[in-house]
Amino acid sequence: MQEQVKTKRLVVRLATAAVLMFGFGFALVPLYEVFCDITGLNGKNFNEGPAAISSIDRSRTVKVQFVTVNPADMPWEFRPNERTMRVFPGEDKVTAFYAKNPTPEWMVAQAVPSVTPSEAAPYLHKVNCFCFDRQPLEAGADTEMPLVFVVDPELPKHISTITLSYALYDLTDNQKVTQSSHNNDKGRASL
Amino acid sequence: MATVDVDLPHVKDDDPHHHGPAKGLGRWLFTTNHKDIGSMYLIFSLCMFMIGGIMALIIRAELFQPGLQLVEPNFFNQMTTMHGLIMVFGAVMPAFVGLANWMIPMQIGAPDMALPRMNNWSFWILPFAFLILLSSLFMPGGAPNFGWTFYAPLSTTYAPESVTFFIFGVHIMGASSIMGAINIIATILNMRAPGMTLMKMPMFTWTWLITAFLLIAVMPVLAGVVTMMLMDIHFGTSFFNAAGGGDPVLFQHVFWFFGHPEVYIMILPAFGIISEIIPTFARKRLFGYSSMVYAVASIALLSFVVWAHHMFTVGMPLVGEVFFMFATMLIAVPTGVKVFNWVATMFRGSMTFETPMLFALAFVVLFTIGGFSGLMLAIAPADFQYHDTYFVVAHFHYVLVPGAIFSIMAAAYYWLPKWTGHQLNETMGKLHFWLSFVGVNITFFPMHFVGLAGMPRRIPDYALQFADFNSMASVGAFIFGFSQLVFIYNIIQNVRVGEKATAQVWEGAHGLEWTVPSPAPYHTFSTPPKVD
Repeated sequence: MQEQVKTKRLVVRLATAAVLMFGFGFALVPLYEVFCDITGLNGKNFNEGPAAISSIDRSRTVKVQFVTVNPADMPWEFRPNERTMRVFPGEDKVTAFYAKNPTPEWMVAQAVPSVTPSEAAPYLHKVNCFCFDRQPLEAGADTEMPLVFVVDPELPKHISTITLSYALYDLTDNQKVTQSSHNNDKGRASL
Repeated sequence: MATVDVDLPHVKDDDPHHHGPAKGLGRWLFTTNHKDIGSMYLIFSLCMFMIGGIMALIIRAELFQPGLQLVEPNFFNQMTTMHGLIMVFGAVMPAFVGLANWMIPMQIGAPDMALPRMNNWSFWILPFAFLILLSSLFMPGGAPNFGWTFYAPLSTTYAPESVTFFIFGVHIMGASSIMGAINIIATILNMRAPGMTLMKMPMFTWTWLITAFLLIAVMPVLAGVVTMMLMDIHFGTSFFNAAGGGDPVLFQHVFWFFGHPEVYIMILPAFGIISEIIPTFARKRLFGYSSMVYAVASIALLSFVVWAHHMFTVGMPLVGEVFFMFATMLIAVPTGVKVFNWVATMFRGSMTFETPMLFALAFVVLFTIGGFSGLMLAIAPADFQYHDTYFVVAHFHYVLVPGAIFSIMAAAYYWLPKWTGHQLNETMGKLHFWLSFVGVNITFFPMHFVGLAGMPRRIPDYALQFADFNSMASVGAFIFGFSQLVFIYNIIQNVRVGEKATAQVWEGAHGLEWTVPSPAPYHTFSTPPKVD
């Protein structure tokens, strides 16, 4: 019957739309990452690796603050060696963070950075950062973790303070699992 | 148009296929009749409304005084969570689907829904979804306690064990909604009587057509987001886990991409119901029918680009805040068109104030109050003050209780004579209305004030300065809650006894559903009516 064919075709289309929207829900994950990369929505789109900056802007200084956060179940000691630094835009700066594993077990941690205001994130170049890699520590061991960064001279004039925050997560348990997670597709890139 | 001229179909019962309902329990288990399924949806929704209502009363009883009196904070959180989930997915949505099942085929002159067997399925999986959800209350660790918005990582890393049952419950109710929506679209697009063009369809049918498209667009996204939660909890993925490279804020984006259209899913059919009732009792045609249709369609479209106004405080770039602020405010325009049209319909009409009309009038006034507080919340800089306070609670309860719930009650009173064949008991109906009207306002109006003064939502205890308004709200909640017993009494009495209703029922009613006898025969419009 004409009517039934029409209904069947419509139902197939609507069901397909529902399945596609289910897929779209998952597609939002990579879309969100791309969107954040472009807009700096989550304060994570800083540049990594060597920065091509030649000139140093000595007309102003920018205050860079370092903040560390331990999630509730993370027993490590974790703090910046210097809480704030004044830097000239374009100048290479080196600092370090202190971490200690006070537990009687070997552990692996991963630091996840975030920049506030997010508008400043694209102007913060991390030449080298401990957050590029996982940090294993033997029981009771401690370490100094280096960070080399440059603030881009293009940084908008109205930004005078940049806060760089690190949250340190315990990856000991799920290290095997996360090795295959999408985060590692790009190596350590998005961190 | 809302009004149609009809060649009365002859209801013939001599055809052997036009048998009545089967006998016994089997009738309800295996029925494919849209009226049976509609009734089951409505009864199910009423049961859920009562269960969710008891949870609300537990919440209000605890909040009657500052300090912890009745329940543990963790149980309090379970109550707020379950109350929200049950009212949204168990009471409001199934009630609208039930009304759609009953009324859409009768309004467009179709003999039944397009896919009757799927219709049976989409209802019967629903009680199981809620059994699964409610059973979590009796599990070790208790029911979900992370709020009905189940933000990750609270609902993943820190959730009670029962979260998995919650996830499967949401999957099942989502599947039920999607099947229902497909069925409604197929019915409306393919089964209209000859001459029933799209722009002649009654407003209730129109709003449901648009709502069904919203359901198909966003319920799968909800299924997606709970699936991501499931994978984060059990399969070691890190969608929302920052340690593994995920992002908790992503959860909020995906959830509210579903969540905002969801709030229109709960209000658009209400708009349709009110647009049916007001013309009937004002004895005038609906003012601006086509602008009503376009207003509903534009509200539905805009609902996809405003989701982040629920999350102004997550730290968005300024451009984002401004965009979502203005997009949200834009929705006030089509909504204003609708309110204007309802008022214009009543203007110089010969109004009478039967129970359905009283609920419809209360809807227009109180929903508008809820709309205005929504507009206040949409102002991004001010939202930082209102965010997560009782002001938000006051806002969404004003649009959902005297909004969606009142419209459902109005619809029940309006169409009950058609379903049962008995005239309403107006005295009891009016008693129910006035108790509910007063109760709702005493409950939710003070919440605006405590919210503006800074009382956070989802807390079992609060500072002393909020005590008076909270005890007022609790008194109102008990008035509103217990007045629903009058509603149940009305329905039961109407099914059992009552003056015989005519086919017309209401003097000013227009539309195909009023051309069939009351109670509507088991099969209607087996021969399509002719609509001119």
